[in-house]
Amino acid sequence: MTSTLSGPSAGAAQVVGRPAGSRGGGGSVWRRRLPLLPALVFTIAVTQVPFVVTVFYSFQSWNLVRPGSRHFVWLRNYLDVFADSQFRTAMLNTVVLTVVCVLVALLLGLGLALLLDRSFPGRGVVRTLLITPFLILPAAGALLWKTTMFDPTFGLLNFVLEPFGAGEVDWLSEFPLASVMAQVIWQWTPFMMLLVLAGLQSQSREVLEAAQVDGAGRWRTFVSITLPQLSRYLQLAVLLGAIYIVNSFDAIFLMTQGGPGIASTNLPYYIYQRAFEGFDVGQSSAMGVIVVAITLVVATFALRLMFRAFDISDGGK
Amino acid sequence: MSAQTIARARGRGGRGLVTGVTWLVAVLFVFPLLWMVITAFKQEADAYTDPPRVIFSPTLTQLAGVLERGFVPYLANSAFTTVVSTVFVLLLAVPAAYALSIAAVPGTPNVLGFFLSTKMLPVVAAIIPLYVISQNLALLDNVWILVILYTAMNLPLAVWMMRSFFLEMPREVIEAARVDGAGLAVMLYRVILPVVAPGIAATALICVIFSWTEFFYSVNLTAAQAGTVPVFLVGFITSEGLYWAQLSAAALLASLPVMIVGWIAQNHLVRGLSMGAVK
Repeated sequence: MTSTLSGPSAGAAQVVGRPAGSRGGGGSVWRRRLPLLPALVFTIAVTQVPFVVTVFYSFQSWNLVRPGSRHFVWLRNYLDVFADSQFRTAMLNTVVLTVVCVLVALLLGLGLALLLDRSFPGRGVVRTLLITPFLILPAAGALLWKTTMFDPTFGLLNFVLEPFGAGEVDWLSEFPLASVMAQVIWQWTPFMMLLVLAGLQSQSREVLEAAQVDGAGRWRTFVSITLPQLSRYLQLAVLLGAIYIVNSFDAIFLMTQGGPGIASTNLPYYIYQRAFEGFDVGQSSAMGVIVVAITLVVATFALRLMFRAFDISDGGK
Repeated sequence: MSAQTIARARGRGGRGLVTGVTWLVAVLFVFPLLWMVITAFKQEADAYTDPPRVIFSPTLTQLAGVLERGFVPYLANSAFTTVVSTVFVLLLAVPAAYALSIAAVPGTPNVLGFFLSTKMLPVVAAIIPLYVISQNLALLDNVWILVILYTAMNLPLAVWMMRSFFLEMPREVIEAARVDGAGLAVMLYRVILPVVAPGIAATALICVIFSWTEFFYSVNLTAAQAGTVPVFLVGFITSEGLYWAQLSAAALLASLPVMIVGWIAQNHLVRGLSMGAVK
């Protein structure tokens, strides 16, 4: 898939201006590749080998609770997966969870970053407070939200909402996916905020002042100067956030167990269930392969975005 | 009062208002965490009450109880896997990033794309083979399987980050060293590393956070022997009923090391996350 990314200038990615001639002679190229090899070999061994094995398993009927049943069925598992309506629900949940969480966390992060990008008393303390949800264990965060926030009887959320006429809402069974998303958003907003803040702080003050001298209002300045300057940071935030949130597992595992039914099951959790509770190695491997295929299509697009943002094809900044 | 003074006073009032709002939002945002800290010092009976109890006599019973439940070995496993995998990541990523920036090898964009694409592979798609492989290698419930996987998990991001930091280096310094005939090793350790040290710190911090908080591999590949702190926390949902106060104490103790490191190294965190894009 990465071959789609190599522009015509791929080979010219030299940052330090060496004369092009010195690249001749295979020996010197290999010597320059040498520092790269350990990382490359390690990554291929640890990430690609298991995936190839997954592909191999996906062509087999193999259920651990039926010993001796292991045999090749080729594409049978894939047909079963496409016929599985639960798989489609899990896929839809994954998309909703990822898109909503990334966008809401990004917007909240942007808002918080704008509030923080001024000098005011206690700014350092406020920033410290705001980044902390990113630093706690997601497992701890998920269990806390499940108990102290969402509990129907003793939860803080119902206590706060009670004066507004809300009864004893059982958040995790009535709004399972939304509850999980609330926790994920809470966890990832600081990450987005830090990235946007980094972008805001790297803006050139002169340009902002010039805009003010020219009589541009706050909103106008924000839309036509700040946002475009932030775009690289926003893209990075969306890409990294999506990579992690699409793989969300802890929050679902600890808060709802994918339920009720499969209302809050996403693909990672569904595959996990089929593998570790259903012991269906063949089926869950096929699902894994399908998820990887879909992810790679999306990722190719995202990588293009990333490469444009970091201007990599011409070899640096 | 002149119009100017009024405008200035109103401006100051407006700013005070925004500051107040900022504080309010920040406190509301971290409220679940503040509540966790409060609950960690409660007796169980004070933890679930309707309405929630704010006034109570604090106790250290829960924190002691967490230690009694055998928390320390899990903490040690987390510390070991985090530190060792972070060292491995740096040992692999720094030379790789050097080869992808300062002495850029042919095909750099492809290699960078490959590294990032491995991060996009859903980890769940490889868990079954990883389980089988680690069982065959007798690495199931062994800290080394986590060290290997965490190294692979953080390496792509570290390569990207370190590359960004390398690209910020003034070229004259490198050229001068090269003219002086410095070899690769001398160049890396004498010339480049001191300059990119803050970048290394930022990268290490990100690796520490992601390793410490990793859940999926540790829950599926380790148990009592090599379990990390998330595995310890999972023990709370399987035990009969939830002990909120003790759970809060455990959550606090489990998160504290990374929380403190992150608070102290906030600026590195910003630099790391923005991949060195901030000057």
